[in-house]
Amino acid sequence: MIRLDDVWLKYAPPGHGEPGHDVLRGVSFEVPSGGFRWLTGPSGAGKTSVLRLMYLAAHPSRGRIEIFGTHAARLNRRGAALLRRQIGVVYQDFRLLGHLSAYDNVALPMRLARRSEAQVQADVMEILRWVGLSGRLEARPAELSGGEQQRVAIARAVVGRPKLLVADEPTGNLDDAQAQRLMTLITALNRLGTTVVVATHNLGLVARYPAPRLDMQDGRLTGDG
Amino acid sequence: MVERTRRRAADQLGLRSALADRLLPVLVAAMSFLAALALAGTIGTALLAAQWRDDTASTLTIQVPDPDAPDAQDGNHFSAVLTALRSTPGVENPQPMSRAAIDRLLSPWLGADAGDLALPIPAVISAEWAGPGRPDTLAQRLDALAPGTLVASGAAWANRVAALTASLQACAAAVLVIVLLVAVAMVSLATRSGLAQRRETIEIVHGLGAQDGDIAREFAARATLLTVVGAGVGTLLALPVLFWLAAMAAPFAGFTPSAGGFGLPLPLWAALPILPLVAAVIGWATAQVTVRGWLRRMS
Repeated sequence: MIRLDDVWLKYAPPGHGEPGHDVLRGVSFEVPSGGFRWLTGPSGAGKTSVLRLMYLAAHPSRGRIEIFGTHAARLNRRGAALLRRQIGVVYQDFRLLGHLSAYDNVALPMRLARRSEAQVQADVMEILRWVGLSGRLEARPAELSGGEQQRVAIARAVVGRPKLLVADEPTGNLDDAQAQRLMTLITALNRLGTTVVVATHNLGLVARYPAPRLDMQDGRLTGDG
Repeated sequence: MVERTRRRAADQLGLRSALADRLLPVLVAAMSFLAALALAGTIGTALLAAQWRDDTASTLTIQVPDPDAPDAQDGNHFSAVLTALRSTPGVENPQPMSRAAIDRLLSPWLGADAGDLALPIPAVISAEWAGPGRPDTLAQRLDALAPGTLVASGAAWANRVAALTASLQACAAAVLVIVLLVAVAMVSLATRSGLAQRRETIEIVHGLGAQDGDIAREFAARATLLTVVGAGVGTLLALPVLFWLAAMAAPFAGFTPSAGGFGLPLPLWAALPILPLVAAVIGWATAQVTVRGWLRRMS
């Protein structure tokens, strides 16, 4: 269960809002374990901020966040790191490491989780095949197109079979076929028990994959269901 | 299809460019060079002082100003003093110094013909003091036998040498401490610079579940490698200078470069390899502390 209870956030993502400005105002919702939620709303509505709170990259200025029964504010640094290993994140701006190959970028979360290299190799090769990048293993992010970078970012997020997957506009740089393929992967993970929250302003995508929506507007939740 | 085994990326945080392999090793090499000289100063001074102390502390030098003057026993001052010395407990091996030896000692001031000058030159007797305490009463007794007789004790010189040695060693130790603090500051600055350059990478890796220890370990490994290489080079570069200094000090130290160890004392040979190890500890510990503190402030 993921639960946000009257969460406020004074935080300014780069280029958005002024420091001290309330980016989120009293956001409350629950996502049951194994659930799927679309997080929708226009740019600047607060979708990315909600996701940042969910993957523990930010702390709320007020309110309570519970991830799989753990009160996030009570986690120590080690506990937070261990919990993050159970959360896969697809960032809007990919956030790949430029000095690592596609293979090593995808392998990174598994290596941080101390998986064996044999396990790393098997899982990374499988997921890169899934996203259609098995021929680009050694390519650095700068050598990949935007769509390819996004697929590497998606592969990195799901390779460890996370309990929670949060994705910020994951199909933004993909063509229709790639977007379909990605959604097939995400829904397959969801069917296997991964809790999924996908932020998007692509209502066509939302219509094609019906699931409960969390609608954001100006830092507030305006619709849940 | 059989896929080849893939190797783990050795540099996950990209520290090869963030903690560059130029500036830090060069600075650490300079610090190690200074540390090697300071270490040599500490050890060399201690060894020389010990040798000089042993040589001079027990030495007595007795000057009899008018050696041929008659004494009360139908002898002269010189024989009276010599006899008294031979019968004094604690005085060992009293030896009159030959006129040639005296002339040689005085030649820097009086020239090679000192013996031909009509100057009243005292007789000199050397002896060793093996008695307890200081030979102060001996000087009074000899002065009574031959007025004006002077007893110079090596112990006074030994004390001065000890004081000089202690101050030189304190200076060398201060240099070592300063070098150590500067090395810590350099590693800390280089690590902070690397952290600033890799801030986004660290945030990403943190977000993927890296613990502070994972990140600190990568920085510490890189800092350790760079400081060990720098310290090794600095220590090696110091060797020729140390050989040269040892050759200069050889006449005072009582050994020659050909005696083995290239003129360097064995304790110094044993201490020099410790410098890269100390540098490694400094690099590792400083990077660990710096990175962990930075990460705590970051989030």
